[in-house]
Amino acid sequence: MENFTPISAAIGGALIGLAAVLLMLFNGRIAGISGIADGLVNPRTHDRLWRLTFIVGLVAAPLAAALVGHGVPMPRMPTNYAIIVVAGLLVGFGTRLGNGCTSGHGICGIARLSPRSITATGVFMIAAIVVVALMRHVIGG
Amino acid sequence: MPALASLLCGFIFGLGLVISQMVSPTKVLAFLDFFGIPSGAWDPSLAVVMAAGLAVAGTGYALVRPRTPIFDTQMRWPTATTIDRPLVTGAALFGIGWGLVGLCPGPAIADLATLSPGVIVFVIAMAVGMVANDLWQSRGARVFEQKLAGATAADG
Repeated sequence: MENFTPISAAIGGALIGLAAVLLMLFNGRIAGISGIADGLVNPRTHDRLWRLTFIVGLVAAPLAAALVGHGVPMPRMPTNYAIIVVAGLLVGFGTRLGNGCTSGHGICGIARLSPRSITATGVFMIAAIVVVALMRHVIGG
Repeated sequence: MPALASLLCGFIFGLGLVISQMVSPTKVLAFLDFFGIPSGAWDPSLAVVMAAGLAVAGTGYALVRPRTPIFDTQMRWPTATTIDRPLVTGAALFGIGWGLVGLCPGPAIADLATLSPGVIVFVIAMAVGMVANDLWQSRGARVFEQKLAGATAADG
């Protein structure tokens, strides 16, 4: 486990939790990123401004980190764009059908002890673990 | 003011993703690779991120729950309680996409800052997937309403 970074993981996780609590305290909203982003692209929503500024803040964080000398490394993505497109479509469609993602269900939902979110988190974790196992150890291996 | 508050929350959320390195698909996939446990290559960091996030969010939510939000009239807590097919199917589809690349919506959007072409394509595809689901669900609702209208007309 040479790559295990428990301290930065705990600090980062605590900040994510804090952001979720503050968004509820200030605006009365759940900090589910897929829900917030969906409201920006869904033609039926009317409250776009707070969603847009949240997304701006989210993108500004790595830029601010780069300014103080802690730039985010270029994400390592699959070379096959077909895989990227299929994965993006599945993440977009799936998070809306299931009404949440890692933040909305995994953090905010489980923090409320919601049985729906606990179920959803278990399902998407297991699905992702199975896909990684297949890609790395069956197809890739 | 709500927009400024939301900007601050998005920024703190993004800092959390940067500090925990959850913006790195490599780091996320190293957690999801449970077959890496025997070889010692497994990275449990994501579990620590979730545990810390849950501890703060769980405590914080309990503290703010009785209040009225500062910039709104009420807290919009989710009300759905039924574990239904769309929830499970949607979570499964999301998990498959997450496992394929190692990006979920938060890190994908934060990683736009790197201008990585792969991330930009991923986020566009994600937005298309969201719109597709919105259109599909609203069409489903319309068909259902038409069926109801038809039934009423026929029954009347």
